[in-house]
Formats: sequence, structure tokens, C-alpha cells
Amino acid sequence: MIEFHLDPSSGVATYVQLVQQVHQALQLGMLEPGDRLPTAQQVVASLAINPNTVLKAYRDLEREGLVRARPGLGTFVVGQLPRTDPASQARFRRSMSDWLRKARTAGLSPDEIEAIYRTAFRDLFNEEGVA
Amino acid sequence: MNTVLERPVVEAHGLGKRYGRRWALSACDLSIPAGRVVGLVGPNGAGKTTLLHLAVGLLPPSAGTISVLGGEPGGSTEHLARIGFLAQESPTYARLTVAQHLQMGQWLNPQWDADFARTRVEELGLDPRQRSGTLSGGQRAQLALTLAVAKRPELLVLDEPVAALDPLARREFLQTLMEVVAVHGVTVVLSSHLIADLERVCDYLVVLVTGRVALTGEVDELLASHHRLTGPRRETGRLSGVGNVIEESHVERQTSLVVHSDGPILDPAWAVTPITLDDLVLAYMKQARDGRVASTHGLAVAQ
Repeated sequence: MIEFHLDPSSGVATYVQLVQQVHQALQLGMLEPGDRLPTAQQVVASLAINPNTVLKAYRDLEREGLVRARPGLGTFVVGQLPRTDPASQARFRRSMSDWLRKARTAGLSPDEIEAIYRTAFRDLFNEEGVA
Repeated sequence: MNTVLERPVVEAHGLGKRYGRRWALSACDLSIPAGRVVGLVGPNGAGKTTLLHLAVGLLPPSAGTISVLGGEPGGSTEHLARIGFLAQESPTYARLTVAQHLQMGQWLNPQWDADFARTRVEELGLDPRQRSGTLSGGQRAQLALTLAVAKRPELLVLDEPVAALDPLARREFLQTLMEVVAVHGVTVVLSSHLIADLERVCDYLVVLVTGRVALTGEVDELLASHHRLTGPRRETGRLSGVGNVIEESHVERQTSLVVHSDGPILDPAWAVTPITLDDLVLAYMKQARDGRVASTHGLAVAQ
């Protein structure tokens, strides 16, 4: 079982935050097929959010084929997301650190570096039509 | 879980209320779908309490019509039994004990759910023999909510239910309320002058400013269709391709906008960021107060 958290200042819709947290839990292996998600009642009783929000998130996950609702029993994980290989994660992190150090040496401030990263990130995912 | 009714739970056409010469509410059109948690937001004096009192039949309209659960508010005892109302400051009878409040609820309400009321009082850790006048603000609000819910209404109307509560009591009150919605599928309309109180719990929003509806719609749709744009300075007359401008501000070299647009913003000169519900509501409040645009009522009521 996982526990949801909310970041009210993120500007990301609450149901999207719930969907993303299930995605992350699947990617990190914290959730596996057969596991039960918390019931809507459990989620709203802890987060004080609208139950429709929880149901909307669960419907989205069901459409993606990741979970299935079993009436009277709960919502269960049935699918998996490709887990990123930890070695390749580490490799990208290293090359990112190299890049950051180079930017620092070139005299860029942390804010400038972040702005470059954000712009490049947005451009890439806009091209792919994901954002 | 939710009864999806064909007809809206609250429907108002040209609704207005006048006190003497002053219109507290005017030209109000509303259509609130069933099974929602509706946030009624607006500055103090915007007409929120007036609208809620019209909805529960405590006040007759001066103009237009309002229909609640398909009938005239307060039209009959049967109709009243279908609506739960919690007035501002969660009034209870100070000299009566918790148990006496439940007893009274049972006498006065045909559908009274005594099991729910008793269980809830236990869960809250309230002593049935304690007089309500000696309860804390949070406990009193929870008792009043328990009474309103145990009546088993189809519509629960709450006027500024958390305004007087400290942050912990506020959170606990909303947790209880959301649990009730999850289990019983009741439609809720609650008012507040603070959007932060409502942001988590509401899926539908009505913004009132100076007696008029400034904005209404599904929270998710509102968030998805509004953006904050920042870019190089542009003159007011030369803003095109950005959708409907709700708020604009210009400094020497920069222009920032809050816009309503269903499609993507294509002009690459703008940096597009999502907007928080708080900022969105404030933008509409400012727009309505300054009277720039009569009303932005364009968001359809999605079912």
C-alpha cells in the first residue's frame, strides 16, 4: 500500500499528482501487480480532498491499463511500467553533473543554469507533444 | 457512488435579492450539477450568504427564480428534509448537551440516522454529557456537521464552515466532510472567502463578486484552460493569439498575463506556466471589481 502526498503549490491538478505518484511507485518498484491502492475513503480521510478527484485519478490509471477496480474489493495494480535500469539512471546523473560543473566553470549562476535546463526541458517535451 | 441526476441540484435564472435599495445579489445564473463539492468563493459582502439563504429557503428572491433539488426552496417539509444547512459559526444550543442535540435531531428529522450520529460522536471523542457551550470551536463545528449529515440530506449547504477554526480543526473538519461525501455521495455547497480552504475539496467553483457571478465551472477545466504568460513588453491593444485576457500587468520591459484559452499558446515569445487556483480566482475577482468585462461565464457546465 502506498500513501499519497500533495504539493498544493505545484500548480499540478490534484488528480494528476495522484496519477504521477502511482507511476513513480510503479517505476521504483514500490507498487507491483496484485497490490491494492488505498480506497477513495482512505485517501480523502487522510488528505481532505474531494473523493471524485481520487476516482478520476483511478479511472485514468485504469484506462492506462495499470490498475483494475474490483467492485467491493478495491482497486488493484494489474500492469507495470518499464522500470528504468538503475545503472543507466546513474550514468545520466553523472553526465548531468559533468554538464553542471562545466556550466559553473563557464561562469553561469545557479539561476541561469536552472533557466537553461527548464527551457530545454520544455522545448523537448513540447516537440514531443507531451507537455 | 454519486447519484448522477439529469437535472442540476441548484438552478438559478436571473436570481436577485434586494435589501431596501441595495441589491445584495443580482442577475445570477447558475446550474450546479449533482454529486459535486461546490466552492462558493468571494470577498466579504459579495453575496455568498444571501445566495445560500436563498438556496435553503430562508429568504425569498426579489427577482428571478431558484430551484433546488427540482423544487422551490423551503416549499414543503418534505423538501426541507432533503437539504442540510449549517449556518455561519456552526450554531448549536449552548445549554444543551451533545446527547440532547442528537435526541433533538431524532425528534425533528424523519430520516435521522441515529447510528451514524452516535458513531461519529464517539469517533470525535465527544462526551455525550458535555454541554455544547463548553466545547471547543472545532468540536462544536464537528457536532453541527454531524447533526446536518445525520439528517441524511441530498444536498448539504455550509456557510463559511471553517472560517472560525484553527488550521488543525479546519483540516479535521474537511476530512470528515470528504469522508461523508465518499461514503454517502451527498452534493455539497460550501462558502468561504479564502480559496485555500476550498482548493483541496472542491471540484466545482462559483466565484461571486459584488453580487454577481464572476466565474463558474469545473475546477480541473478552469485550471487546464487558464495560463500565466510572461514575455517581452507588449501594448494592451496588441495582444493577439493569447486567448481571452483576464489580467494583465506591464512593467518597463515585461508583460505578464493571465489568459483563458482552450488551445495551446503558439507564440514562442511567451513563457507559459500553469496557474494556481488561488491566483486564478484573484484575477477574476480583480477583473469583476474593476468592471473591465461584464462577465466571463463562458465555461460550459460539464456533466
